[in-house]
Amino acid sequence: MSNISQATAVSIREAVDKHSLHGHFADLEQQREAAKLGMWVFLATEVMFFGGMITGYVAYRDAYPAAFQAGSVHMLFVAGTLNTALLITASLFVALAVHAAREGRRKALIGCLAISMFLGVCFLGVKGYEYYQHYLDHKVPTRSFQWDGPDPRHAEMFFVLYFFLTGFHALHMVIGISILGFIIYFAYKGRYTPEYHNPVENAALYWHFVDIVWIFLYPMLYLVGHTHV
Amino acid sequence: MFKSDMTEKVAPKKMYILIWAALMCLTALTGGISFINLGSWSTVVAFLIATAKAGLVVTFFMHLRYERQRTIWIWAAASAIWLTLLIVLTMGDYLTRGFLRVPGK
Amino acid sequence: MATSPQLESSSSTDYLNAEYGVKSWLLTTDHKRIAILYLASITFMFCIGALFALIIRLELLTPDGTLVEADTYNKMFTMHGLVMIFFFLIPSIPAVLGNFLIPLMIGAKDVAFPKLNLLSWYIYLFAACMFIYTILTGGLDTGWTFYTPLSTSYVSSSVVLGALSIFVVGFSSILTSLNFIVTIHRLRAPGLTWGRLPLFIWASYATSVIIVLGTPLIAISMALVALERFFGIGFFDPQLGGDPLLFQHLFWFYSHPAVYVMILPGMGVISEIITCFSRKKVFGYWSMALAILAIAVFGFLVWAHHMFVAGISVYSALVFSFLSYLVAVPSAIKVFNWTATMYRGSLYLTTPMLYALGFIGLFTMGGMTGLFLASLGFDVHVTDSYFVVAHFHYIMVGGMVTAFMGGIHFYWPKISGRMYPETWGRVAAAIIFIGFNLTFFPQFILGYLGMNRRYWHYLPQFQVLNVLSTAGASILGIGYLLPLGYFAWSIRYGRRVGNNPWNAAGLEWTTSSPPPTHNFGETPIVTWEAYNYDELPKDIDMRREETVVQH
Repeated sequence: MSNISQATAVSIREAVDKHSLHGHFADLEQQREAAKLGMWVFLATEVMFFGGMITGYVAYRDAYPAAFQAGSVHMLFVAGTLNTALLITASLFVALAVHAAREGRRKALIGCLAISMFLGVCFLGVKGYEYYQHYLDHKVPTRSFQWDGPDPRHAEMFFVLYFFLTGFHALHMVIGISILGFIIYFAYKGRYTPEYHNPVENAALYWHFVDIVWIFLYPMLYLVGHTHV
Repeated sequence: MFKSDMTEKVAPKKMYILIWAALMCLTALTGGISFINLGSWSTVVAFLIATAKAGLVVTFFMHLRYERQRTIWIWAAASAIWLTLLIVLTMGDYLTRGFLRVPGK
Repeated sequence: MATSPQLESSSSTDYLNAEYGVKSWLLTTDHKRIAILYLASITFMFCIGALFALIIRLELLTPDGTLVEADTYNKMFTMHGLVMIFFFLIPSIPAVLGNFLIPLMIGAKDVAFPKLNLLSWYIYLFAACMFIYTILTGGLDTGWTFYTPLSTSYVSSSVVLGALSIFVVGFSSILTSLNFIVTIHRLRAPGLTWGRLPLFIWASYATSVIIVLGTPLIAISMALVALERFFGIGFFDPQLGGDPLLFQHLFWFYSHPAVYVMILPGMGVISEIITCFSRKKVFGYWSMALAILAIAVFGFLVWAHHMFVAGISVYSALVFSFLSYLVAVPSAIKVFNWTATMYRGSLYLTTPMLYALGFIGLFTMGGMTGLFLASLGFDVHVTDSYFVVAHFHYIMVGGMVTAFMGGIHFYWPKISGRMYPETWGRVAAAIIFIGFNLTFFPQFILGYLGMNRRYWHYLPQFQVLNVLSTAGASILGIGYLLPLGYFAWSIRYGRRVGNNPWNAAGLEWTTSSPPPTHNFGETPIVTWEAYNYDELPKDIDMRREETVVQH
């Protein structure tokens, strides 16, 4: 007793032949839903991973508010704000890329992803510039850390958090950019159709998550000290 | 088992641009407000704006609004709830230290 | 339902003989083969962990014994804990029985992401190699808990490598759990609603949720320790205003739920065994399922009970103490329901049933002593003593390992197509029970009398109990060696079985033993409730060769 109609059976066979449907799934729909659920579950693990460091930030900022404000003053506000804008725009283009994939517009898909990749690389470039400036300014937390105000040790803790949080975030950016690169390659090879483009959807979910992390890091790190006396 | 049903709502391109514009405005807002002295409200305001931005990304860019799998809604909510649990219960320790005026408690 | 033949001949293709050769095993995506790969690896790691335990118990035979130096002793208990927890217990039932059974129990052909499943095993293997290398290059002596600033600033052992190996093995867990969650949500056979699922599936699901939400915290804890040690960047360094307790909060936020990871799958297995050998459906199916979920959720709310004397605030301690009492309630409900399941059932005291009965008693003892520890006043007295050691061994060994042994015996005919020798099985179960209690019951007394844990020397008045404990450990060791022997024997000489030698309920018993690679000829369509023992034969006769077709 089969609950699959003749027409669907044919399209399933086609999908299997085109290597897009894996044998243990009943149909493309089930595969798509499974893949998407899998990515959301994975993002939950990422939320908790960053959450550990964010907990540390909350605890230490509550303990040393003045030092954290003073530390935040040394952040490059323009760079941070520019980076926020870059990431939000990159997310826009990733969303547009998924939209193009759903409609089968391959050139638009590749174009949008390429723009996102480029913006992501720009983000990393700005970040690298910031790190270099902090290095020149002796704000990297090691023996060469120098601080002119009161509370140098607690201010150094601010920078520990800054480098760890943005460092892990940058690592995830690198992973995200690489994934987008792979997606562009496979899109170029014609692997994605309106019926099957799970990797595009799920790569987009990952990218948006990395954007969300930055949406929180920006006020946490860059906006704390502006009214600091 | 699922019926083969490919009618997932495809949002119009314009919506994405609108959301992008909203996100940029909120970024400008949070950046600007940070220069105004709101005392201890600064943190609250910044957090609320960031949450609003994240909410827009999750709802529209990540398509949670149109998501048919209820399980995914639950997982998205669970992530937020669990992170809150971690921070709140940990800070419950930090914020109540020293209440008893006994060293170490 | 599929019309499987009455008798399954051993010459038909099953997952074991579908393909031969090392490559067909090392590159398999069949969840059943991956389960066997895990079984082999965790057994190996168990032996390593047991060796460390042996040295601990030998050292503790005498109060001033010098079998090993103090620093070496620190390494022994540290690595015993790390290996047993991360490389044996946490993978045990999920990676072996979960991998093997979940698709079978839900009528699926495989897990949702078979290649990811194989990758999980390779990540486990890589982490295990990293840890073995850590052992060989000096080991770890911080205690399995890696407390800072001891681990970050004061010891000179291989902390970075050890911490990173735990980081890596965490990913193996996470990916397996992710796979299980998606599999259970999306790949269930038609008609298999949540309310018809075996409790093993509920337990596996809850365990996977805990792993997904908790393991990232051990990952970040280990990463931060490694970074602090490697780069000298003090996240937990008190000199920078860092708080060692922050490490403990992050560490225990995972490590407490981890203990529920190390009991829930066992509880799932016990539900399967008790229903089968009482020939009755489980008492209170929905309260059992909801209790599983409650344990998973509450388990996240109690972690600071490991920190009562570490310096957390009194108010925080009160809150966590109260929550720790709450978490015992769903566990108790399960014990009551298992008992009620057996009431007026037709009990068969087979080897798996003996393990299940042992589990109920030993888990109850371990669980109740957990309540003692949740009480602040009592905890201050016995924290960091052998009372705690006995408590967690009663749950992890008396509970989880016992359930694992019961599950391996129960499912061995399905996994291998052969029956183990029943008499030897019962003998080994009895030896294990006696050896276990002799090892760990004296430790409750020792802890109450004031013997510290993690000390290589102790006061002379504690010697008698320590000697009893070591004697018990040797008996326990023999008990664990016996199954290794007779399972190996059974692969070649064990009696062949058909689909359902136990006349048990569940989709996994409707397919051949061993199952074919794709599990089911046709996708089953489920119209019956779980544990439908009223529709199955009343008796089991282990001497019979034939199978019974379920529907």
